[in-house]
Amino acid sequence: MAWKNIWRNRNRTMITMASIYFAVILSVLADSLQDGVFDNLIKNMVSYYTGYVQVHKTGYWDEQVLDNSFESSIRTEAKIISLNETGGLTGRLESFVLASSNDQTKGSLLVGIDPENESKVTNLKTKLHEGDFIKADDQSVLLSEGLAERLNLRLTDTIVLLGQGYHGATAAGKYPVKGILKFGTPAMNDRTVFMPLKASQDLFQAYGMITSYILLVNDTEQLNTISAAVKKSLGSNYEVMTWEEMLPDIKQHIESDSRNMKFIQGILYLLICFGIFGTLLMMLEERKIEMGMLVAIGMKKMQLAILLLLESLFTLLSGCIFGLLTSIPLVYYLKLNPIKLSGDAAEAYQRFGFEPVFPTSSDPEIFLNQALVVLVIGLVLSLYPVYKVIRLDPIKSMKR
Amino acid sequence: MDTVIDAHNISKVYNRNTIPVYAVNNVHLHLNRGEFTALVGPSGSGKTTLLNMIGGLDKPDEGNIFINGQDITALSANELIDFRLRNIGFVFQSFNLIPVLTAKENVEFIMQLQKMDKKDRDERVLQLFQQIEMVDKLDERPSRLSGGQQQRVAVARALATKPQFILADEPTANLDSKSASNLLDIMAKLNKEENITFLFSTHDQRVIDRARRVITLVDGRIINDTAAVSTAHQQA
Repeated sequence: MAWKNIWRNRNRTMITMASIYFAVILSVLADSLQDGVFDNLIKNMVSYYTGYVQVHKTGYWDEQVLDNSFESSIRTEAKIISLNETGGLTGRLESFVLASSNDQTKGSLLVGIDPENESKVTNLKTKLHEGDFIKADDQSVLLSEGLAERLNLRLTDTIVLLGQGYHGATAAGKYPVKGILKFGTPAMNDRTVFMPLKASQDLFQAYGMITSYILLVNDTEQLNTISAAVKKSLGSNYEVMTWEEMLPDIKQHIESDSRNMKFIQGILYLLICFGIFGTLLMMLEERKIEMGMLVAIGMKKMQLAILLLLESLFTLLSGCIFGLLTSIPLVYYLKLNPIKLSGDAAEAYQRFGFEPVFPTSSDPEIFLNQALVVLVIGLVLSLYPVYKVIRLDPIKSMKR
Repeated sequence: MDTVIDAHNISKVYNRNTIPVYAVNNVHLHLNRGEFTALVGPSGSGKTTLLNMIGGLDKPDEGNIFINGQDITALSANELIDFRLRNIGFVFQSFNLIPVLTAKENVEFIMQLQKMDKKDRDERVLQLFQQIEMVDKLDERPSRLSGGQQQRVAVARALATKPQFILADEPTANLDSKSASNLLDIMAKLNKEENITFLFSTHDQRVIDRARRVITLVDGRIINDTAAVSTAHQQA
């Protein structure tokens, strides 16, 4: 009977189902876009460069100079690997240099990397836009696309690097460009030079030294546990930092954006409430006489309330299921073909250091959570007809 | 005679705290099994209020109502719902069939509430539709039935649970003459052949003419009861 009742007023049911359907799609899209954009942001900063955890000599993060570097040691590496068996580890030597070509110069970040290990820990290799990736014994560099443009350098051209080496030594060298990397975040794309670790140690005369170990953590939920364990194991000579500590701006941005999105979702949920509640009120008014008659002839109020709840449940479930069935392919499509801003809007995003790309996240939790939220909202609102039935007076209800 | 309805000194008062208005004022009513009774009176005379109280839909402010010996004024709201289901059949002025159910399902529904098993339900439905002469309309939705047919289905629904009596509030008010006549024929036949008790509230002269007992209510009081008159005549 509940199923038949749903279809007694086809238009009303369709309106209710449509409001639930679109509510699920919109809330899933909003949530998956938010998560997708944040994931992308984190991926751009973490997976391609920062890593999830870094180990430095204590004090390095506050004063990022080569004198705060430390000796790379197989023993230290073994300790770290034992605590993060599923992840990976690579060493880096980083310092600031002046990069120049002809009459163009730009302050840049020079990063010495172990090409083989780096590929296991970060996705740096996937950012190769032109040319080839460097090898451990190369004497060449990879330039970020923005820097190459700024210095007007192409593949096989030579870049001159000038800086201060370890313990005040002068660092200067000429290197051919072997490849061009393209990063999503302008902060990385406009000023980064990568060279093999050995070459960078030679350039800075910091033989055997590194400024950081970069850790890949496969299970990001274990991030803080692994970080704490490494910290404990290495002792006070080393500082161990998670990406959230190293990139507090990103963390703050994510938190503040999440709050904004929750507010927007709140408004969306409120609209859903009005939509569902409106149709429930219409239904109650339309069936007032019939409900009075049912109680008059001997239907228990609880039976009637259950009937109305079942009707709501069918409508809500149908709307949620169809909403989910539509949102799943939509989210996957937008994940594979993310929304890309262009023109002024894209530039505005880039100015603030963000990639103007909006992929979606296909985390199953998003679909489940949003469908559940809409379902719960609907079920809570469905308690109103139950309340009305419990207070129903058959004589008053049957009055025309 | 077997007493079905026995109402003692029942009153219903509105605006008790300001200017009290007696919808029903100290009414005594006694109905035996098999009676075919019309409750008549002008609008506002208290017919529907009296019917609602006898049907357990409303409670009197004073007095008691016994149905088959059971004091229904002492029952709780939930007990009253159950009592109505098992003992009273209702026929309403506007038929009030459930639009999404077929004629058969409308009648079967009340038996489902009584938890009657499927086989008994099917037998009873068939028997009832034979009685209301609508076996060919079992699977029709109410919207495809005429007003008279809908009211006959409502009578079948009222009879489905084999109640003690049927309360019919203006059952012919929305029917044309022919449909009203057909309906009255069926109800009279049920009354005669199955000894079913009917109590109508009505303005309709056709119902009054067919009733074997007519109770006239004015301003909440019974001013005339043909049964009392005939008893007085018999005693004289």
